[in-house]
Amino acid sequence: MLTEVTGQKALARLQVLAVYVEDLPGVLTRVASLFRRRLFNIASLTVGHTDQPGVSRMTIVMEGDDADALRCEANLYRLVNVLRVENVTHLPAVIRDLALVKVRCPVSARREVLEVCDVFRARVVDMSLDAVIIESTGTEDKIEGLLDLLRPFGIIEMVRTGSVAITRGVDALSVDPQFVHATVPEAVDSSDGGQGGTNVL
Amino acid sequence: MERKGADILWDTLVHAGVEVVFGYPGGAILPAYDALLDSPIRHVLARHEQGAAHMADGYARASGRLGVAIATSGPGATNLVTGIANAMLDSSPVLFITGQVPSWMLGRDAFQEVDMTGITLPITKHNYLVSEASELGHVLEEAIYVACSGRPGPVLVDITKDAMQQSASFAPGTKPVRLPGYRPDLRALPEEFDRAVSMIDEAKRPVVLAGRGVLQSGASDDLLAFLEKTQVPAALTLLGLGCIPASHPLNLGMMGMHGEAWVNLAIQEADLIVALGMRFDDRVTGNLAAYARGARKIHVEIDPSEINKNVQIDVGIVGDIRETLQRLMSRVTAKRRDTWLARIDDMKGDSAVRDIQSLPDNGRLLAAHVISDLWNATQGKALVITDVGQHQMWVAQYYHQETPHRFITSGGLGTMGFGVPAAIGAKIARPDEEVWAVVGDGGFQMTAAELTTCTQEGLKINIALINNGCLGMVRQWQEFFYSKRYAATKLVNPDFVKLAEAHGLAAWRVEQRADVRAAVERARLEPGSVLIDFRVEQEDSVYPMVPAGAGLEDMIRRPSPIVETSQSDW
Ligand SMILES: Cc1ncc(C[n+]2csc(CCOP(=O)(O)OP(=O)(O)O)c2C)c(N)n1
Ligand SMILES: [Mg+2]
Repeated sequence: MLTEVTGQKALARLQVLAVYVEDLPGVLTRVASLFRRRLFNIASLTVGHTDQPGVSRMTIVMEGDDADALRCEANLYRLVNVLRVENVTHLPAVIRDLALVKVRCPVSARREVLEVCDVFRARVVDMSLDAVIIESTGTEDKIEGLLDLLRPFGIIEMVRTGSVAITRGVDALSVDPQFVHATVPEAVDSSDGGQGGTNVL
Repeated sequence: MERKGADILWDTLVHAGVEVVFGYPGGAILPAYDALLDSPIRHVLARHEQGAAHMADGYARASGRLGVAIATSGPGATNLVTGIANAMLDSSPVLFITGQVPSWMLGRDAFQEVDMTGITLPITKHNYLVSEASELGHVLEEAIYVACSGRPGPVLVDITKDAMQQSASFAPGTKPVRLPGYRPDLRALPEEFDRAVSMIDEAKRPVVLAGRGVLQSGASDDLLAFLEKTQVPAALTLLGLGCIPASHPLNLGMMGMHGEAWVNLAIQEADLIVALGMRFDDRVTGNLAAYARGARKIHVEIDPSEINKNVQIDVGIVGDIRETLQRLMSRVTAKRRDTWLARIDDMKGDSAVRDIQSLPDNGRLLAAHVISDLWNATQGKALVITDVGQHQMWVAQYYHQETPHRFITSGGLGTMGFGVPAAIGAKIARPDEEVWAVVGDGGFQMTAAELTTCTQEGLKINIALINNGCLGMVRQWQEFFYSKRYAATKLVNPDFVKLAEAHGLAAWRVEQRADVRAAVERARLEPGSVLIDFRVEQEDSVYPMVPAGAGLEDMIRRPSPIVETSQSDW
């Protein structure tokens, strides 16, 4: 399970990767296909826009140890459309899931359901005569805890986003890939269009 | 100026230095073929798209430049797939261009529509679907750049028919390729070099493992200088053969499943492994748990994802091999390592006695003898291309490579049928060289139709068909590991001489060792392409052999003295 702020160097069972990709058709398929063929297990994957046009950010939670995460990171960099990968598992980071839960809730149960929501700082976003929709953001742990308490009322339907993660502090993600000690030259640019390429003869 | 997409295609390729493409036409790619007539590019018509793919790959490997293959949508495109995977696994820079149904029909199972970018996603370095003429030129320049830079590899550009028919303006080579996420030139930090240098200086029993990356970065001379200064011996992968001369005292020879015994033993006894441009394939490591246990490991690779993939590495250096060797060279200490080299010499033991070349001529023709005689007759100077199987391993063992870039073979994918078309591509890349394709009777039949391509193109290649009447390598596994239960490995073959003649080649048969050299000499004198049907011993095996999954020291050696193999089992 992920804790809200991780910082310890222990082997994690789950790894959290923040991945910037070019916002192009097929990029999600490329990433998903990579995970499948290299036998990395995705626990969750979310993707959305960033404040930079043309750039999307994924949060990928994968099962595996630190070495698996390094291999995964190196493989992600093989994808031409992947801009930057950061393993935030061991960085101080805020990691959140969003859940929308529709719970059976006759008037008689309302008070109790609302109390549970209160304790978990979840919000009721819709209410009908016999059901409520509850919105909760938080760590997976917290959401699991909420669900445990809601289950006795009867969960009719539920949807969860998977984790999104962001590191704390003002430092943006580092530019140099961490999977191997290496530096990235300023810009990869070629005006010669290849010119028939590396001539090895 | 506005040009049709199809014209932009050829303009862009011409500007990138492409002189020849290998392909096969069809409906969706017709606009490109029509425009081809107005382009200076030479087109070689294959007899099957797989052949075109291997030709482009062979061309790329022989020239060190981009190879290009082109096919129509649907079946034309899917026929390329084996060739694309082959180029991927051996990091060959090949541009694959496929026609696609018009953009308005995409996604509707139109006639000859297949999702080529989907199919080839895991077997290309990158791929594109282009449905606008205005994007085509730029995508092609990007594709060529990706194929040729960093760790080279195949890139596919799937172009809808309408994108080739529309007009757009594009001037090749004017807009720089901008790929913000693509990092072909990652470089290791200085501290990695410090650690590598001290490890090399401290090592008592070091071995260099040299792979295709050494050849691709043009690092042969640098490697030799490095080895001579440090007196570190080198073992080569199959695809690394030729990167340093076979006869050099510090060249141990080929490692791995069919490597010589002492090479694998030296790796197992080493206290340091310096891996250069190779990827610890299971065919070279055997059982990973038992692999080079006493050795610290330095891995120099242009592709960071190879480091720590199969083998736990102590120092990983990301970068070009040549550049890295030059940096290491100035810092490592010159040394003698006589004890270690003498120890490796001892490991050779009775290998020479067991060697097939020491066998007396008993009247039966052995494949290894054919290859050794071919090597002698050509003074080891031919450009040799193989197919896949036993004959391939014998070429690796007995056609000793003294100079770089004279040996082309399908390594990572082990693709039967690669030999003849790759030889065609290689000959077109290097028309002045003597080309020999050494192929098995099984693999040859997979792409034999390409013989006609030789004839149509007026090419002179020489084909040494190692005809053992069976799928030899599989038969060998059945002999060793399946109690000689020979399921589906015996071949009833066509008359290869007649078959070659029907395709316009000169051809004849050789059954005695005494006739091998004369046959090779005669082939060299023939003006056109030649096929020689060498009828060789059926039940011969490639030794030594490390069974799949076994430790490198657990090899099966050639019985000594040689046990007569009988043909009665067949
Ligand atoms: C396309 C393909 N199919 C099957 C195989 C499996 N395979 C590897 S070697 C071999 C036998 C090759 O026989 P032949 O071409 O006669 O060569 P030989 O081993 O007899 O020299 C086979 C079937 C392969 N490598 N490639
Ligand atoms: Mg055979």
